[in-house]
Amino acid sequence: MSAISREDVVHLARLAHIEMSDAELDKMTGELGVIVDAIASVSEVASSDIPATSHPIPLTNVLREDIVGQTLSNDEVLANAPDSDSGRFKVPAILDGE
Amino acid sequence: MHRTPTRADSRSRQSWMVNSSMNELIKLSATELAAKLRAGEVTSVQAVQAHLDRITEVDTALNAFLHVNAEEALAVAAEVDAIRAAGGAQAQALHPLAGVPIAIKDLIVTKGQPTTAASKMLEGWMSPYDATVIEKIRDAKLPMLGKTNLDEFAMGSSTEHSAYGVTRNPWDLNRIPGGSGGGSAAAVAAFEAPLALGTDTGGSIRQPGAVTGTVGVKPTYGAVSRYGAIAMASSLDQIGPVSRTVLDSAHLQELIGGHDPKDSTSLANPLEGLVAAAESGAAGDLSGLRVGVITELQGEGYQDGVQARFEESLELLKTAGAQIVEVSCPNLKYALGAYYLIMPSEVSSNLAKFDGVRYGHRVLPEDGPLTIERVMGATRAAGFGDEVKRRIVLGTYALSAGYYDAYYGSAQKVRTLIQRDFDAAFEQADVLVSPTAPTVAFELGSNDDDPLAMYLNDVATIPANLAGIPGITVPGGLSDGLPVGIQFLAPAFEDARVYRAGAALETLLEKQWGHSLISQAPAITADSIAQKA
Repeated sequence: MSAISREDVVHLARLAHIEMSDAELDKMTGELGVIVDAIASVSEVASSDIPATSHPIPLTNVLREDIVGQTLSNDEVLANAPDSDSGRFKVPAILDGE
Repeated sequence: MHRTPTRADSRSRQSWMVNSSMNELIKLSATELAAKLRAGEVTSVQAVQAHLDRITEVDTALNAFLHVNAEEALAVAAEVDAIRAAGGAQAQALHPLAGVPIAIKDLIVTKGQPTTAASKMLEGWMSPYDATVIEKIRDAKLPMLGKTNLDEFAMGSSTEHSAYGVTRNPWDLNRIPGGSGGGSAAAVAAFEAPLALGTDTGGSIRQPGAVTGTVGVKPTYGAVSRYGAIAMASSLDQIGPVSRTVLDSAHLQELIGGHDPKDSTSLANPLEGLVAAAESGAAGDLSGLRVGVITELQGEGYQDGVQARFEESLELLKTAGAQIVEVSCPNLKYALGAYYLIMPSEVSSNLAKFDGVRYGHRVLPEDGPLTIERVMGATRAAGFGDEVKRRIVLGTYALSAGYYDAYYGSAQKVRTLIQRDFDAAFEQADVLVSPTAPTVAFELGSNDDDPLAMYLNDVATIPANLAGIPGITVPGGLSDGLPVGIQFLAPAFEDARVYRAGAALETLLEKQWGHSLISQAPAITADSIAQKA
């Protein structure tokens, strides 16, 4: 396993939508490197014949009747919105320069 | 030799003051208080007021509560008192715990009270709905005293990662109360509440319980609905009880447990017989019970005092008729690594919704074009603390192209190996036992620059979350004046076994000491409050 480079962290922070200063990127690069080195051993024991467990208690196809249950009103939903307009969430431009 | 080492033994220089103002009501267990309420010896308003007074008295020093819900708690208490006073069918129908106050970890959403997850991201946010466990608590009429502090979004083992200040350990105000649920554990340990709710993803109920000398249970995954618990790692998270006695936790789990159509991972049938199991355990007879000592969860890496209390507990269990067997779970050495891949991966996905669009914090970038992408980046930079950012980025890495199979995929396979280890161990033993945490409470700030050292605190608690099995911590004595926790684990759905074993050990130890461990906690005095406030 290769250690995490600073370029990796720049890319990951972008993917995660977290703005980071140069100092934060430096610190995060060092910390993640140490953590990843410490946990990388899991890939040593995981051979191909072992099934993966994504959920601790076996459950399959939990279904319900397709009936509308209790829902929140428009006002309740928008009560915590940072910005809203005409009963909708209001956000800055989705695309650059538009 | 059979005497609890008191704090005075190791710290004779400290003064020991009896807190004469402490109302006797707050010292009662939830079960004792409920009995007095039913008998009409005290009112719920008196009980709630006594706890609110205690919060006023000591919480400036502890910071266990982020929000105190005095008005509503007193109103619910008055309602219970009125129903009891009127008698008749309505009084008969009251839940046995009606009128007993409870504190709620601020990761669980509540209508009418703020829910912050101890993050700036949710400052001022008011949930438009109640968690299912909160609906059950309202239906049973337990007055809610308020919301307790935690590590931000439940990420941490010390409650130092709260955006609203650290919580202090009632046993030593310079030490951590554990985490993430340090607020709930400290509140119960300091007699601010007889009961609390916690959440446990890798030990966040059990490790704080261990280091504060209280009881905490992580139920079988799915035994309690997660609806309304702000998700950290959905395949690991579980809500559970926090209390000062095993029996109290059993009562609380029976109240909050059961199937919930709003949580498709909740078990189809409620787990029953928990209170009965705690009561039978308290009789102190463990004849025929096979208790497995896990080779990998003791010894190296565990403080001497922790190991010593653990071994003493094993001796006591033997005297009660338990058969001690040694079991090995060789893949547990990979548990921490698997956890720190699975948990951050789920975190990175679950916390993507905090983007400043629909609710919560929104920060506009100071310069440059105002696009949604830049607003998200600025919002998440300002709204999340360092530990949350670290785990989101780590999870993003583990899930990213080229690494997914090596990391997330491998971790899920390790999860299977750990489940197989536990399955094999439970063929030899009915319950497994270990220290709950490798150390006693450490000093505030001592792991600030070393996230990895912090992660090691959960080495004994994480395996239960990976396997989905139930675990309890019970006070096992003191080491250098600080509490040590003993953990019991049982197979999935067999929560009753951890209550039986836990109650038995609790009874045996208290009989040996002649008192409960928590009764030995130092008084929180005016002097200590002035120093820490």
